[in-house]
Amino acid sequence: MTRARIIWQRELSALLHAPAAWAVMALFAGLSGYFFYNLVAYFNLAALRAMQNPLQARALDITRSVLHPYFSDVSLVLLLLVVPALTMRLIAEERRSGTAELLFSYPVTDADVVVGKYLAAATILTTMLVVTVVFPAALSRYATLDTGPVVTGMLGLLLMGLAFLAMGVFFSSVTENQFVAAMLSASFGILFLLVAWLEPFVPARLAAVIAQVSVLGHFGSFAVGVVDTADVVYYLLVAATFLFLAVRVLESRRWRGME
Amino acid sequence: MIHVEGLTRTFGDRVAVRDLTFHAERGEIIGLLGPNGAGKTTTMRVLTGLLPPTRGRVRVAGFDVVEQSLEVRRRVGYLPETVPLWGDLTVRELLEFVAALKAVPPANRRERIDAALASCGVADVADRRIDTLSRGYRQRAGIAQALVGDPEVLVLDEPTVGLDPRQIVEIRELIRSLAPERTVILSTHILPEVTRVCRRVLIIDRGVLVTDDTPERLGRATATAARLAVTVRGPRSHAVEVLRALDAVESVSVTTSTGDVHHVDVTVAPGHDRREAVAAAIVRADLGLLALSTREPTLEDVFVQLVTEEPGA
Repeated sequence: MTRARIIWQRELSALLHAPAAWAVMALFAGLSGYFFYNLVAYFNLAALRAMQNPLQARALDITRSVLHPYFSDVSLVLLLLVVPALTMRLIAEERRSGTAELLFSYPVTDADVVVGKYLAAATILTTMLVVTVVFPAALSRYATLDTGPVVTGMLGLLLMGLAFLAMGVFFSSVTENQFVAAMLSASFGILFLLVAWLEPFVPARLAAVIAQVSVLGHFGSFAVGVVDTADVVYYLLVAATFLFLAVRVLESRRWRGME
Repeated sequence: MIHVEGLTRTFGDRVAVRDLTFHAERGEIIGLLGPNGAGKTTTMRVLTGLLPPTRGRVRVAGFDVVEQSLEVRRRVGYLPETVPLWGDLTVRELLEFVAALKAVPPANRRERIDAALASCGVADVADRRIDTLSRGYRQRAGIAQALVGDPEVLVLDEPTVGLDPRQIVEIRELIRSLAPERTVILSTHILPEVTRVCRRVLIIDRGVLVTDDTPERLGRATATAARLAVTVRGPRSHAVEVLRALDAVESVSVTTSTGDVHHVDVTVAPGHDRREAVAAAIVRADLGLLALSTREPTLEDVFVQLVTEEPGA
């Protein structure tokens, strides 16, 4: 794995030397801050009204009205913006520019390359999510937050992001065109997210399968402060599957002489 | 060092290399010669472990390119034809990256990198980003990255393309200086390059090995088609007649004429040097001799020669 570490370092420095990663980080911080601010502002308004009405006051729940919608908003930004932007060039660009030929003339395995590149994108994603911890931390100075759901919710976002990064790496391996790779990972991201909409319209057995595949279905427990092993395994499995597929794509392209 | 046995590589229906066999020892500099699309690049990519052969066995530095691909790649330095390099790196960063991947011990990494920078003449641009370098520097940075892992085998695909004449001389010298401890295999479509650098030439045409010989012997083979380029002043038919009448002259043809100045191609029979006779004949016939030179045999000549001499044709 030393070689994967070298690829990881190289890729991380390439990402940080290009403006794209910084733009994504800034946009992500800005958008998630905006969502958080809005949700808190609305909650504030509701709290003001509740001062006149004790019944309403009892229904006030900062976890449900701020944190839950915040997590689902952020997961959309992750899927549609962050994941495609961080992963689209990883493998596609090496192939388009021909540097893949040089890279694979060095003693590295396909898995070293895929894992190293994936971990570089994962490092940036993790940093981005860690930065957003300041939002609930700032809020906790003025309100009593339930720490459990905050921590597990962030963990859930991270796991979800890691799963979709792997999907992005896979799509970057199937095409030489960064834009196509980005579109593919955004489209499949939406599909995974919204497949749950089908549930009411399909036979019960299929609905059960869809519930298991759906990304949001596995996020629910994290948002309420529960870390369910099944959900953790689900995200890790999605990540492992797509990374494995990306390795197979590279292998097959080499046997066919396309690298 | 390099053992290629019956190498065949196909891409779908297209056969890029067909049943290629050759061996190379340590210290040899081998030129792969052939027109574009002859299978040179495919052969080189198989040697570097990048491309698995369809049939045949290929061993480089004692390891099988399919079964022990990583071992092969550890011992091979490769310069791809189009010199793809990561533009966002400086030359030094590129060499550091390659040295780390090729597991050069950290203790002598710096020394090895400095040596590669110096021997390829890129020390003065070591800290410049590769995408700001000129073609010549890029090419040399490409050779430096092939060298930095201290490879036993160097595979260079068209190493002098895009360089100016002075740089070409430098690179050829560099390649020659590498040879004693290494095996170098380089591809080219320039015949003089091979004669100046290589001790052995493999000619490939349409995926098939046409000949495996030393440049001297190859030169002798082409000498059978020795040609003279003569520039002569005077009546055209008279000039042609005079030249045709000479011994050992096989054919005479006028390539271009301007007024009464004619450029004439003279083909001489094998083993004869007719330059003096041609000069004397022209002077005797009261024609003006403006220029006389032997034409360097081109790759085309070699090919024509080799193809027409095929037995049973």
